[in-house]
Amino acid sequence: MDFRLNEEQQMIVDTTRRFVQTEIVPLEDELDPDAGSLAPDDQDRLTTMTRSMGFYGLDIPEEYGGPGLNTTTRALMAIEMSQHRAGLYNPCYGVFGGAGLAQLYEATETQKERWLYPTLRGEKKGCFALTEPSGGSDPARAIQTRGFQDGDEWVLNGSKLYISGADKADYALVFARTSDDPGRNGVTAFIIDTDTPGFHVRRVVHTLRATHYATELQFEELRVPQENILGEVNGGFAIANDRLSRQRIPYAAGCIGPAIRAQEMAIDWAKNRDAFGSALAEKQAIQWMIVDNEIDIRHARYCVLEAAQKADSGERFRTEAAMAKLIASEASSRVVDRCIQIHGGIGVTKDLPLERWYRELRIRRIGEGPSEVQRLIMARDILGGSFK
Amino acid sequence: MGIRLDKPWERLDSDSVSSLQAQLGVYQVADGDGNVLSVGYAGARHPFGIRSALEHEIRLHGKKATLFRYEFTSNYRSRWDELLMLHLHDHGQLPDHQRDEEGRVGRLSPN
Repeated sequence: MDFRLNEEQQMIVDTTRRFVQTEIVPLEDELDPDAGSLAPDDQDRLTTMTRSMGFYGLDIPEEYGGPGLNTTTRALMAIEMSQHRAGLYNPCYGVFGGAGLAQLYEATETQKERWLYPTLRGEKKGCFALTEPSGGSDPARAIQTRGFQDGDEWVLNGSKLYISGADKADYALVFARTSDDPGRNGVTAFIIDTDTPGFHVRRVVHTLRATHYATELQFEELRVPQENILGEVNGGFAIANDRLSRQRIPYAAGCIGPAIRAQEMAIDWAKNRDAFGSALAEKQAIQWMIVDNEIDIRHARYCVLEAAQKADSGERFRTEAAMAKLIASEASSRVVDRCIQIHGGIGVTKDLPLERWYRELRIRRIGEGPSEVQRLIMARDILGGSFK
Repeated sequence: MGIRLDKPWERLDSDSVSSLQAQLGVYQVADGDGNVLSVGYAGARHPFGIRSALEHEIRLHGKKATLFRYEFTSNYRSRWDELLMLHLHDHGQLPDHQRDEEGRVGRLSPN
C-alpha cells in the first residue's frame, strides 16, 4: 500500500497541525489541566474559524453539508487534532463540529426533521445508550432493558450504564429487548426525548477520565410512541453494530496523536536533560525507549491508514479496523508510559499533559470494544466458517 | 456510595483553612444557616490546592461565609459538576455568582 499523502491531504494535515499549535495549545496553557471545555468566547471564535476553513462537521456526509472527506483524510486529521492535552477525548474541544449520532442518517424523513437536522444545526444533542450493568462487550446478549408494546406505544423498563452526555442530551438512542430472542435478533432501537416522564439520569459515574464522567440511566414505565423506533422492530442491533465498526478507524487514529506529541516531548527532554555527566539521549536505555516508541507509533499509523484505505476503496475492512483499534490503543499507551519514564518525576505531574494521556489512554483499550473483543472479531474473520 | 457532600460543616476562617492539606478537591461554602453560597473545586492551578481555593472564597464572600465542608479528590472536575447538578436539582438554581454555569452543567434526577 502507498501511504504517501497526496497534495490535498498534505495541505489539510499542515493546516490542522498549525491550527492545533497556534490556536489550541496556547489556550490550554491557561486552562485547568483537566479542563474539558474552552471559554465560550474562544469556542465561538474558533468554531467560526473552522467553518470559514471549510472544515466544520468533519463526519457529516457531504449530502448533508459536510466537507466530504474520505476515511483516510479523516484519519490523518484525527491524528493531528488529538495532539494537545485534551485531544484524546476532546480533539480541539469540538470546534470542528460533530456529526450527531450516525445511526440517524438511516432514520425516516420525519425522524430526521425532528432529531437529525436540529443536531447538525447545533440546536440539539443526542446520546447513545447501549451498555447496561449486565455487560458492554457483548451487548446483544447483555441487554436486559425490556420493551413491550401497548397499543401505539412501547413501554420501557431497565437501566443503562457508562452513558456519556445523557445529562445534557435532548434525546437518547436507547436499545431495548423487545422479543424473547436472547441474542441480536431481539433488540430494537428507540429515539427518546430525555424529558419524557420515566427517563432518569440517576447518577454520575466517575472514571480515570477525571475531566468528564459517564452516567447511569433508569427507565421506569417509559412510554415511547411507535414512530420513535429507528429502523425495524427487533432490528436494532444491526444499527448499533454498524456504528461500532465504522467508529473504530477514527477512534484508533485519535489514539496516535498524543503518542506522537509525547514522543516529541521525550526527545526534546532527553536531548536537554543531563544525568551522570551527559545528556539522557546519549544513554542506551533512553535510546531504546525512544526507538521502541517510534516503532509503536509507525506500526499504529500504518495499521490505521491501511484500514482507512480499504474502507475508502470499498473493500471489507472489519479485520483491519479491529486490528487498527487494538494496535493504536495499546501502542500509544506504551509510548506515553515510556515517555513518562524518560521524564522522571515531572512526567507524573499535572505540569505536563503526559499524566492525563496516560490515564485516558487506559480507557481507550476498553472503549469502543476492548482489545479482547477486537481479537475475537479478527479471529472470526480469519478462521471463518462456523466461527463467524 | 452517597453522591451528596453531606459531611458536617466546619467553621470557615483563615486558621481552619491553613490547617488543611494542600490537596485537590471539592467544597461547599455556606452562611451561618447552612445556605450554600459556593460550590467549588481546588484544581491543579491553585498553588496550595483547597487552601488557596477557600482563601479566595473568604475574600469573595467576606463575613457572610462562615461554614465549609470539603472532600479531597483527584476527580475534582467531574465531582464538581456532580455537586453543581445536585445543587441545581435540590434548589432549582445555582448560587448567584455561579448562575453562568447553569447553561453548561447537565441535569440529574437522583433517587
